[in-house]
Amino acid sequence: MELLNTVFIAKAIIVGVVFAITLGIAAYSTYFERKIAAFMQDRIGPDRAGPFGILQPLADAVKMFMKEDFIPANSNKWLFIAGPCLSMLTALMTSAVVPFGDSVTIGGATFDLQGIDVNIGILWVFGIVSLGVYGIMIGGWASNNKFALLGAIRAASQNISYELAMGMAIITILMITGSLSTKQIVEVQQNGHWNIFYQPLGFLIFIICAFAECNRTPFDLPECETELIGGYHTEYSSMKLGFYLFAEYINMFISGAVMATLYFGGYDYPGVEFVTQQFGSNVASFVGVGALIGKSLGFVFVFMWVRWTIPRFRYDQLMNLGWTGLIPLAMYNVVVTGFGILVGKPFMVSIAGLVVLIAALFVYDQLLVKKKIA
Amino acid sequence: MKLSNKTKVLEQGEMTLAERMYLPAIVGGMATTLKHFFSKPVTIRYPEQTRYLGPVYRGQHILKRDEAGAERCTACGLCAVACPAEAISMVAEERKAGEETLYREEKYAKVYEVNMLRCIFCGLCEEACPKEAIFLRHDTMVPVFHQRDEVIWGKDKLVEKMDHRYLRDGWK
Repeated sequence: MELLNTVFIAKAIIVGVVFAITLGIAAYSTYFERKIAAFMQDRIGPDRAGPFGILQPLADAVKMFMKEDFIPANSNKWLFIAGPCLSMLTALMTSAVVPFGDSVTIGGATFDLQGIDVNIGILWVFGIVSLGVYGIMIGGWASNNKFALLGAIRAASQNISYELAMGMAIITILMITGSLSTKQIVEVQQNGHWNIFYQPLGFLIFIICAFAECNRTPFDLPECETELIGGYHTEYSSMKLGFYLFAEYINMFISGAVMATLYFGGYDYPGVEFVTQQFGSNVASFVGVGALIGKSLGFVFVFMWVRWTIPRFRYDQLMNLGWTGLIPLAMYNVVVTGFGILVGKPFMVSIAGLVVLIAALFVYDQLLVKKKIA
Repeated sequence: MKLSNKTKVLEQGEMTLAERMYLPAIVGGMATTLKHFFSKPVTIRYPEQTRYLGPVYRGQHILKRDEAGAERCTACGLCAVACPAEAISMVAEERKAGEETLYREEKYAKVYEVNMLRCIFCGLCEEACPKEAIFLRHDTMVPVFHQRDEVIWGKDKLVEKMDHRYLRDGWK
């Protein structure tokens, strides 16, 4: 009973800390998004609120709360409120299974720095991410606005299409690890055996799908200001809008953490053994937490970098890429990985698979596609 | 009809393999944005930072004094005539004995007013002036006003202060 209590308290603390870190990073993502956009366009960005504009998220929050919270007369009031709540809820739930660090020993008791270590970890992520589209769908439907509904429908079809390719990309990870538990996936990758080296193609597919799942540029068709005035959150104002935008940034951070977990060794970093010998395993674990968060923030930067580089896809291009590009590629990747495991040389076979793929595409291009008329 | 030989004919045929794979173009684009990420911003934070606008910028009006400190303006009214916006008005007065140090000529402007709402900062008053008395400063702008009575500037604001003389770049 005593042990149960300590475990419960430890878990509560971990969940609370993860929650706080996620929210804090999401809040500051809005600031860094604007700063990075500014730097990439040779501007300065927000610099009025505090030194270097560091208090900008606070000012934004105050502004959001002060705005009129408008609910359209012909909307479905309860669903209209439920939409952003659901978006926020699902965005925050995903982080539960991400292993933020190795185990820590305090006072004889050992705790995993992870919300819950369930044996279906990665399926949990998938389930919650697919629930996330309900927030958008319900918000778009409840608005009773054609543009909002169009945005919501786009979001739904886009998420379903890209989830398939994403799942296929993850199957290869499961084949290598032999487990669905995120903890175990990370443990297999310790000491520099990161999955990115064995699964470059799988990672490429996964990151493209992650962009689509987060509704980020170049796949931000659900919001699409130029066509849909803002898409599913056209009718939203005040903090309800704020929740939708906030959920997007949380999703970005969490998908960065998931990508780091699946492909970049999670909390692994070069020199773990050195730190363990010098300062003990607890310090090494906490440095590992920093490494994971650093990797996630790196991915958040990539998300923003891509946003300010690439224009939006057209809808048919989006569907074409998802169904005829990524899904066959992911299937090919599964076959190549299976072959690699069979032969016993996963690294060599994955590189060979890439080479064969490019060669095959080149030959196909030479033989069958009509050339430019000179 | 060909006007120059600079015309480029744009042909859009089938996309090549590299183009259809998007990725090379995406990497190229991301390299471009990263280059800009590390380049210097061009923004000027205006009220705190100002840019040099050149020696002929037409800013705030000033009525010059000569080297001895006497007002140059003789109230001939040419500036008022030249002004396309009719922003300038003045009242002339004859110089009394003993005022030689104050006014250079025998006639001077007792009242000299510029209506800053009418002024279009064209600089024609500056060109019309035969005595080199009125100038539009290159280094100062007319500050924003919030009240009606701040709009009309009299001699108290226009006449040059001797301890803070105006010197345009290029003047001796």
